[in-house]
Amino acid sequence: MALIELREVRRSYDLGEIQVHALREVTLNIERGEYVALIGPSGSGKSTLMNTLGCLDRPTGGSYLLDGQEIVSMSRDQRAKIRNQQLGFVFQNFNLLNRTTAVENVELPLLYRQGMTSRQRRRIAIEMLEKVGLGERLDHYSSQLSGGQQQRVAIARALATSPSILMGDEPTGNLDSKTSREVIALFRELNETQNLTVILVTHDPAVAKNARRKIVLRDGEVVADTPDIDIAMGALHREDDE
Amino acid sequence: MTIWDTFRVAIRSLMKNKMRASLTVLGVVIGIAAVTTMVSIGQSASALVQNQFMALGTNVIVVFPESQQRGGVRQALTVTLTAADSQEIAAQCDAVLATTPLVGAAGQLIYGNTNWNVNELSGVGSDYLIVRNWDMAAGDFFTEDDIKSGAKVCVIGHTVVTKLFQTGNPINQIIRIRNIPFRVVGVLEKKGVDMVGNDRDNLVLMPYTTVRKRLQGSNFDNVNAIFVSAVSPARMTEATKQIEQLLLERHGIEPGKTPDFRVQDTTEIAATLGIITGVLTLMLSTIAGISLLVGGVGIMNIMLVSVTERTKEIGIRMAIGASGNDILRQFLVEAIVLSLMGGLIGILLGSSASVGATLLINYFNPGQDWPIVISLPAAAVALAFAGFVGVFFGYYPARRASRMDPIEALRYE
Repeated sequence: MALIELREVRRSYDLGEIQVHALREVTLNIERGEYVALIGPSGSGKSTLMNTLGCLDRPTGGSYLLDGQEIVSMSRDQRAKIRNQQLGFVFQNFNLLNRTTAVENVELPLLYRQGMTSRQRRRIAIEMLEKVGLGERLDHYSSQLSGGQQQRVAIARALATSPSILMGDEPTGNLDSKTSREVIALFRELNETQNLTVILVTHDPAVAKNARRKIVLRDGEVVADTPDIDIAMGALHREDDE
Repeated sequence: MTIWDTFRVAIRSLMKNKMRASLTVLGVVIGIAAVTTMVSIGQSASALVQNQFMALGTNVIVVFPESQQRGGVRQALTVTLTAADSQEIAAQCDAVLATTPLVGAAGQLIYGNTNWNVNELSGVGSDYLIVRNWDMAAGDFFTEDDIKSGAKVCVIGHTVVTKLFQTGNPINQIIRIRNIPFRVVGVLEKKGVDMVGNDRDNLVLMPYTTVRKRLQGSNFDNVNAIFVSAVSPARMTEATKQIEQLLLERHGIEPGKTPDFRVQDTTEIAATLGIITGVLTLMLSTIAGISLLVGGVGIMNIMLVSVTERTKEIGIRMAIGASGNDILRQFLVEAIVLSLMGGLIGILLGSSASVGATLLINYFNPGQDWPIVISLPAAAVALAFAGFVGVFFGYYPARRASRMDPIEALRYE
């Protein structure tokens, strides 16, 4: 059984008179340990797909099995629990809490877990920050860190709960090319050494190239699903020409 | 997330905006301090009234003579009560502890070359001290023999001692009233001023027989009033009934006729005064309660601002797995922490304010001695109310936070 199984997943928004179909019948499987990039032009539905996969959003139709559990019929709180236990998020603008230290930020998801002492939380947070190379900056506030460092704190936070999937929404969008490469390398390393499933939404061909599987979306549909970057880029641009 | 964690997170969030948190707390502080002060001062006032009544005498019932009706003509106030009535009440009513007749007189006191006018110059019986709940400071009260013989003895109040004798010992000294010499046999304990500021220690007491015979030159036995004390406060009504029945019988008043006396129960006055102070306390606390309500609205306002301002934080927390309940609890606890902090500071401030106010009242009204009362129940109620205000006014903003859509909250800038 695949880790993620999407069957004819639809998501439409009711804007009064018109209905916007952000996703039309997306069907795909993602196996444990895959490294997937979701690419597509703006408005293609890749963010909606990401939010759906991340259990932040609920599809209007279809079925989504995550590790065998049906997400579509879950309540808000059940999905919150899934997010806490199975998923780790990394965002384009880092989304760290301000006026909060790096280590406190990493502890945050553990706070919403039952039966964990503050000492355990602190130990895991420090371990994660050391893993992303920020062992020296535990007590720095987010505003005292560079963009790349902030994103690494965010990755440490996503990893703190030992999730099965790490999700990134344009994780390099706000970084310069050098730090961008470092962050990408970190994703790759996590995927390879820990068999962590990584799903990224990106505009950046360099990031997409790094992934082993590329899924191209357009108008709410999957138009290409390939390990080859050239085919993916071709699918992306061929549609542009039409 | 344990409650302890929730509190820690709440306090840390509040510390991020200390100025705002302290101003919000101030609103509650003022409300709680006002309630605590008002209730404490109100209780102090009713305690004062109660003390005054205790001083008047415990469980005192007063019997006054009333106008008589004879042949349809209502006559002017004639004195119909006698000292014998007083003795019979004491002897026959089992709900009565002691009685004393009272005969009023007037006259100037002269000792050596000083003179002094007293507020009260009364002739009383030997049980006077029991009835009035009073004690001697020096010497003895006059005896039953003194009353029988109409002895020229007197007992004086504390003020009289200072005015006539300064530092000298008044016992066995002779003072003159209307040129009649009286021997001072005792000094009463100091009582201070009453509610309206009259000095209760400026008085002279002597046997009622002495007043009637020596000062008024009368051979009749009638008296101006009879003071009765009941066995216990609980038996006041019973005592009143017994006295009425006995006197009706003794005076030969037929059923349906207007009695020639009136029995007044001081608990009625005490109860009325108690209601007045109670109403005053309630009114003041209501006004104070309104300021607490305003403080609560302040909390709600700040929490709403805080929820909007921290939309992004809420989004982040939800994305990494906080449930709606986690968010609700976080903001609710923040509101409760604000209001409880306000409550604690308010109680401290209110208690010191009420002590200060009582001290000031006593400073400007020497001799009245308002008791210092810090109302612990009021403090507890105020604190509980502060907690309630926190929950009540914190719930709506907290619920709003908990119902946010995580995707939209994350997008909020």
